[in-house]
Amino acid sequence: MTSIASNKVASEPGPALGAILREAALTALVAFLLTLPLVGLRTVESGGSVSLRTDFTSVALAVGLVFLGRIGMILNREGYPVPVLAVAIVIAVGATFTPLPGSLAYVVILAGSLVLGLQALLAIRRSRSTLSLQERDQRMDQIGAKVQQIAWYVGPILVAFAIALPMLPFADRGLLGVAILVMTYIMLGWGLNIIVGLAGLLDLGYVAFYAVGAYSYALLAQWFDFSFWLCLPLAGLFAAFAGLLLGYPVLRLRGDYFAIVTLGFGEIIRIVLLNWADVTGGPNGISGIPRPSFFGLPFDRSPDEGVTSFHQFFGLDYDATHRVIFLYYLILALALLVNLISMRLRKLPLGRAWEALREDDIACQALGINRTNMKLAAFMISASFGGLAGSFFATYQGFISPESFSFIESAIILAIVVLGGMGSQLGIVIAALLLIGLPEFFRGLEEYRMLAFGLSMVLIMVWRPRGLLAHREPSLLFSKYADRLRAGKPAGGAQ
Amino acid sequence: MLRLEGVHTYYGAIEALKGVSIDVAEGEIVTLIGANGAGKSTLLMTICGTPRARVGRVLFEGENITHMPTFEIVRRGVAISPEGRRIFPRMTVLENLQMGALTADPGSFDRELEAVFHLFPRLKERRDQRGGTLSGGEQQMLAIGRALMSQPRMLLLDEPSLGLAPLVVKQIFNAIREINREKKVTIFLVEQNAYHALKLADRGYVLVNGRVTMSGTGAELIANSEVRAAYLEGGHVEARA
Ligand SMILES: Nc1ncnc2c1ncn2[C@@H]1O[C@H](COP(=O)(O)OP(=O)(O)O)[C@@H](O)[C@H]1O
Ligand SMILES: [Mg+2]
Repeated sequence: MTSIASNKVASEPGPALGAILREAALTALVAFLLTLPLVGLRTVESGGSVSLRTDFTSVALAVGLVFLGRIGMILNREGYPVPVLAVAIVIAVGATFTPLPGSLAYVVILAGSLVLGLQALLAIRRSRSTLSLQERDQRMDQIGAKVQQIAWYVGPILVAFAIALPMLPFADRGLLGVAILVMTYIMLGWGLNIIVGLAGLLDLGYVAFYAVGAYSYALLAQWFDFSFWLCLPLAGLFAAFAGLLLGYPVLRLRGDYFAIVTLGFGEIIRIVLLNWADVTGGPNGISGIPRPSFFGLPFDRSPDEGVTSFHQFFGLDYDATHRVIFLYYLILALALLVNLISMRLRKLPLGRAWEALREDDIACQALGINRTNMKLAAFMISASFGGLAGSFFATYQGFISPESFSFIESAIILAIVVLGGMGSQLGIVIAALLLIGLPEFFRGLEEYRMLAFGLSMVLIMVWRPRGLLAHREPSLLFSKYADRLRAGKPAGGAQ
Repeated sequence: MLRLEGVHTYYGAIEALKGVSIDVAEGEIVTLIGANGAGKSTLLMTICGTPRARVGRVLFEGENITHMPTFEIVRRGVAISPEGRRIFPRMTVLENLQMGALTADPGSFDRELEAVFHLFPRLKERRDQRGGTLSGGEQQMLAIGRALMSQPRMLLLDEPSLGLAPLVVKQIFNAIREINREKKVTIFLVEQNAYHALKLADRGYVLVNGRVTMSGTGAELIANSEVRAAYLEGGHVEARA
């Protein structure tokens, strides 16, 4: 299709109307063939029998939009981005205020005009400056560098905002619920980032550690009646142990093999949880997981005899939000702990060794770095963070089942890390907000989350193969080093 | 100091080293020359333990290191500047050097850094530049400097002159001599650039197809007609200047 159009254009000045229409019509035909069975025909269950319902309005709408969208793309390509941008904006704004059949239409129109608009913007910029991919990458790297500089200010501001969030007037239970979810994924992202971003190992089965943490917590609490504050570190330990068990045989593998084995490990854990019904409850999962207490004070409305609950102790009226706020602060604290440790690790010899491993495995060996131990350390630390997040998940939900630990979870966490720009702490926050927060706010969009995933991944790969905020700041500059020397402090080299 | 006794190394079924015996005494510069594919890199890497010798022994200061993991060998005072330099391209020069010191005593970092900068003033000028943006010669200096940061007693060098301009090669070889004389580091050098390497060396070996076919002092080998025919005639003669 593309070649038809560009050939025509090469021979004639300006876009050939016939070629454009033909290309757009072809695309629309493909859209028609795809949407007809997927959208146009639907099975509905009525009174035990299944019948077909047709929905040709949606099909027509989809085909029409694809037709228009393709024309927009062609015009962008052929050097008419300005009208495309204008029309995209008009359509997006118009669609927002027009009643349309179904939320799908909104999604398609908004996403479509967003993509087209972005493309048009890029085309406009490109026509001004002829940037090669490499130059663009460099440019983005500079942006990344700048973002990292402002991250010094943005980071604390974000933390302050996160701490203040529950006290803000608009923070209701719903919002806090979303915030807790996003925070959990940020923590998971930061945790996985140690393996993927720092040690450079592609782990496709991170959810395994999340599951180990969640089940350790649930089982310990149920069988031994341990308190949350005892279960939490134990769950982390168990997950770290799982990391050791998996890591020891697997870390000898490289690249793709490693990724595939971790993928398998994630599935094995889930299947074990599913089938070891005596202990894990099988597909029914574990329910009635005890909620955490505020240092011994439960959040119950009417606690057991002789127990003071949180609101009684502080002389407050009972409010179910107290528990949510507490859980929010709990996950915030856990996530910040993970962040703090990862940032610290980067500067330690261990972190430096990881970075070196990522850059050149063989050189590291020549430098006397014990690769297996370094990778194992990354695995265990990262796994224990996943375990902590898992035990939080268990106590927050009060119920866990193997369903919550499927491969798609690993994929989401990995997407957050990759999208954020391997190794960037702030990038992970932004990616988690985009991938978890947005779909939660726009409930209607939730079904399309995977679609958005795919879309954003493709866009990233095209525009920014190294992730949004991938930029490496030298951790040691000679000027600073010399300052330290002058100040008489032992520079300590690798320390 | 270093001794290889009848070392055979295999890549799967391929026998890359077919019974190599070599001796390097403390304080010496020993050069091994050989054509492309003779097994020079394999020999150096076998000393470091990857790949391992399947038959024979590798002794370092009398200790059998044949079956030790690589990091243990390196920690015993052997450093290698591997083939193709293999510096860390995204790290700065200083960070690269820091990586070399990872296994060394942190207290002596400043002194070692000073020594490396003294040896290669170019690195000092470029200390905050990323390794990947250095020229080939500077990268080689960095690779050697990084190896020195671990305070080795023995330095293994794999074709340090590869792909460098004659003037830079001279600088590198001068630096190697200085490392040997001033820092008392024993040097085992592997080269195709036979003339310079043999000139520098106290003794030399010739490796052909995984076997040592000749050995002698550097001067003897340069004078040897076979060596001249195979490694020195054409291309290398004008390097005498
Ligand atoms: N990783 C490897 N796997 C299989 N064969 C190898 C490998 N590395 C080197 N060889 C083979 O071993 C022989 C010696 O290689 P090498 O030691 O690199 O030679 P040199 O460094 O003298 O050029 C060559 O025939 C080469 O093809
Ligand atoms: Mg070689």
